[in-house]
Amino acid sequence: MEAKERLKIPRQRMPEQTPEQRKSNFFEVPLGYTPELAQKEALRCLQCKRPTCMDGCPVEIDIPGFIKLIEDEDFIGAAKKIKETNSLPAVCGRVCPQEDQCEKTCVLAKKFDPVAIGNLERFVADYEKDEGEIEIPKIEKKTGKKVAVVGSGPAGLTVAGDLVKMGHEVTVFELLHKAGGVLVYGIPEFRLPKAMVEAEVDYLRKLGVKIKLSWPVGASQTVDELFEEGYQVVFLGTGAGLPNFMHIPGENLCGIYSANEYLTRSNLMKAYAFPDHDTPIFSGKNVAVLGGGNTAMDAVRIGLRLGAKNAYIVYRRSRAEMPAREVEIHHAEEEGIKFHFLTTPIKYISNEDGWVTGMECLRMELGEPDASGRRRPVPIKGSNFIMEVDTVVVAIGNSSHPLVPRTTPGLEVNKWGNIIADLETGQTSRKGVFAGGDIVTGGATVILAAGAGKKSARAIDAYLKTL
Amino acid sequence: MSKILEKESLGPKINLIKLKVPHIVRKAKPGQFVILRIHERGERIPMSIADLDLENDILTIIFQEVGKSTAELATFKPGETLSDVIGPLGKPTPIKNYGTSVCVGGGIGIAPLHPIAKALKGCGNKVISIIGARSKELLFMEEEMRKISDELLITTDDGSYGTRGLVSEPLAEMLKNKKKIDFVMAIGPVPMMKAVCYVTKPYRIKTMVSLNPIMIDGTGMCGVCRVSVGGETKFACVDGPDFDGHKVDFDELSIRLKMYLKEEKIAMERYLSLMGKQ
Ligand SMILES: Cc1cc2nc3c(=O)[nH]c(=O)nc-3n(C[C@H](O)[C@H](O)[C@H](O)COP(=O)(O)OP(=O)(O)OC[C@H]3O[C@@H](n4cnc5c(N)ncnc54)[C@H](O)[C@@H]3O)c2cc1C
Ligand SMILES: Cc1cc2nc3c(=O)[nH]c(=O)nc-3n(C[C@H](O)[C@H](O)[C@H](O)COP(=O)(O)OP(=O)(O)OC[C@H]3O[C@@H](n4cnc5c(N)ncnc54)[C@H](O)[C@@H]3O)c2cc1C
Ligand code: SF4
Ligand code: FES
Repeated sequence: MEAKERLKIPRQRMPEQTPEQRKSNFFEVPLGYTPELAQKEALRCLQCKRPTCMDGCPVEIDIPGFIKLIEDEDFIGAAKKIKETNSLPAVCGRVCPQEDQCEKTCVLAKKFDPVAIGNLERFVADYEKDEGEIEIPKIEKKTGKKVAVVGSGPAGLTVAGDLVKMGHEVTVFELLHKAGGVLVYGIPEFRLPKAMVEAEVDYLRKLGVKIKLSWPVGASQTVDELFEEGYQVVFLGTGAGLPNFMHIPGENLCGIYSANEYLTRSNLMKAYAFPDHDTPIFSGKNVAVLGGGNTAMDAVRIGLRLGAKNAYIVYRRSRAEMPAREVEIHHAEEEGIKFHFLTTPIKYISNEDGWVTGMECLRMELGEPDASGRRRPVPIKGSNFIMEVDTVVVAIGNSSHPLVPRTTPGLEVNKWGNIIADLETGQTSRKGVFAGGDIVTGGATVILAAGAGKKSARAIDAYLKTL
Repeated sequence: MSKILEKESLGPKINLIKLKVPHIVRKAKPGQFVILRIHERGERIPMSIADLDLENDILTIIFQEVGKSTAELATFKPGETLSDVIGPLGKPTPIKNYGTSVCVGGGIGIAPLHPIAKALKGCGNKVISIIGARSKELLFMEEEMRKISDELLITTDDGSYGTRGLVSEPLAEMLKNKKKIDFVMAIGPVPMMKAVCYVTKPYRIKTMVSLNPIMIDGTGMCGVCRVSVGGETKFACVDGPDFDGHKVDFDELSIRLKMYLKEEKIAMERYLSLMGKQ
């Protein structure tokens, strides 16, 4: 097909549950492409000689390559092509910020809508899961080398998968009772069905990766004890930890959650299915979520689905500065989430039972740019007002988890508590100890964590060969 | 997965369970706790370490049936398995030779108090233990506590055994009589720990309490276990569970423990009706 004709095809929308439907259920919002839609979308790709989309992909997926295979109806081949560099396509197709990555640098983006690369990635990954027998790739001859992977988020899962294929013996240690990291405890079912994550974990088990759950390294066993037990390498993919609070009066009232707690109750513990599942969650009528990132968007949409009449985002900057993905903000708006921009709480108000009933807020205006280059919000004097709330979710980020650094002498961390590691290899200040993902970079993305895992696996393999 | 080796009833709605968990037992110290889940739909239940058998890698927990999860746990029989046990969590109680240490345990709090008292005795303290319960049949571990204490005092609320009254009363009495006490460890219901701290505060005796707020992960990730200590917010699962009792905001803790009263009732009623149908 001629480029001119390809350019005439409009970007194919992925069918979705309507906002009315999805407001009260936890099922996935976008429903996926049909093969016809996928092929039509694939036709839009110009198969550039110098594919600029790939510049935007942190793991350099052969984007035109897999899209061509979709055009040719070889969906399984397309999935395999992606898996050459990205082991988690079903996850990444759903949660990667493509609008800031490959779809931003796609040549079409300037004049037209970019190719829906994320939707296509999701389509082939799902197709492979539904239709094809997932093939177990060739595993190299056993090397007899043992690797311990701490944490089962995208970084840990990627390292484990790559190293086991290279013939090493790999054990993953995870402190929660389910593997997947943020993918299981943080990102809600309506954005990433947990069955997807379970399938990835099962696949690793089939490859021969051992997974020990409810096993906190630093408590059940220290890093040094892992070495004593015969592991030659320890990879730390422990992710972000301790939730931040604002330290304003009344923060410990009943009804005030950290985002980690709210999300963990709902996603990991399935509190939305209480009492079928034992863990409860409070279904507030007026839910305010503080923050503007993906975590805040996820929390507020959970609040809505649990039955809130009013679900608010309270963010101290304006819409343009929100770090959340555009599609999530858009979905939230469609669902009727109310946004209070340039607003910050300064104090909580309670009833005599110790429950939050209100939040005193200040309006802000944007001043000079701060260190992050975004304009700094400054409070407007006397703009105080009170919002009526019965649930507040504080989603203003996490600091790092101290369990491993505290129990691992010689492991260097920076002033935020993140582990210092070479970004190309994951090498830390300790011999044989590698690290990658959020614990090194601070809160980032699934694909960056997976990419760090990929690089580190190569470096670990090289290191093991020297032993 | 963790198999229940033994189970024993210590009184009405009080049960003891033994689990073989080598990786936990080898690392565990008095004052720490574990979190368990009974099955795939279960919540994460924190339980203190009541005893450790290092030779056989056996962990003992003692629990009271207070709601749905503990009631269901009580139906488990030896040979059956719990879906998860994680630990040891929290910081160990600081054990050293303080001189004379008084260990005060109320109700189910006697369980975690026992290994602490044992360790205090082990490193040379003179240990005076005061244990109490609402009534005689709710009192357990009397013999174990007697074995490791230089002196053992018993109280019951209704006077059915030992002295009638609260566990804080014999302690107040001792202090009034100018008995030299260097350290107090108090574990039990929130009002009891608050009362003990009220008694020791004027004498400036170092008093540690073990707090049991609602928890989920138990590793510092969710923040539900936050407590106010000396005006600062602490996460009981990683900064505690032991804290300087004179600095703890017990009233806030009591309020936060009631956050899910309504849901707890729903869960229990539903559970009972499901059990009734079987
Ligand atoms: C609510 C939410 C929404 C998000 N949405 C998106 C999105 O849409 N797109 C996107 O790209 N990114 C998103 N992110 C960010 C993304 O999820 C993270 O950047 C990514 O998961 C980091 O991966 P990781 O492997 O480094 O760590 P994690 O996923 O955090 O996994 C770390 C694992 O290590 C375990 N662990 C920690 N300490 C220990 C220990 N001592 N012993 C054993 N195990 C331990 C933890 O329990 C956890 O399971 C979101 C994050 C959140 C919280
Ligand atoms: C670090 C720690 C150690 C603990 N050790 C023990 C132990 O050794 N033995 C033991 O029996 N219990 C212990 N607990 C308390 C135990 O975890 C709870 O009793 C249990 O989770 C209640 O679950 P449920 O579903 O049966 O009751 P729920 O239905 O959840 O609660 C029923 C009633 O119990 C009260 N309650 C709920 N959670 C707690 C709690 N954490 N502490 C006190 N009261 C609570 C509620 O206010 C409610 O009135 C400990 C708690 C913590 C945090
Ligand atoms: S830049 Fe866009 S059009 Fe070009 S190969 Fe990549 S996806 Fe296709
Ligand atoms: S229980 Fe989650 S932080 Fe303490």
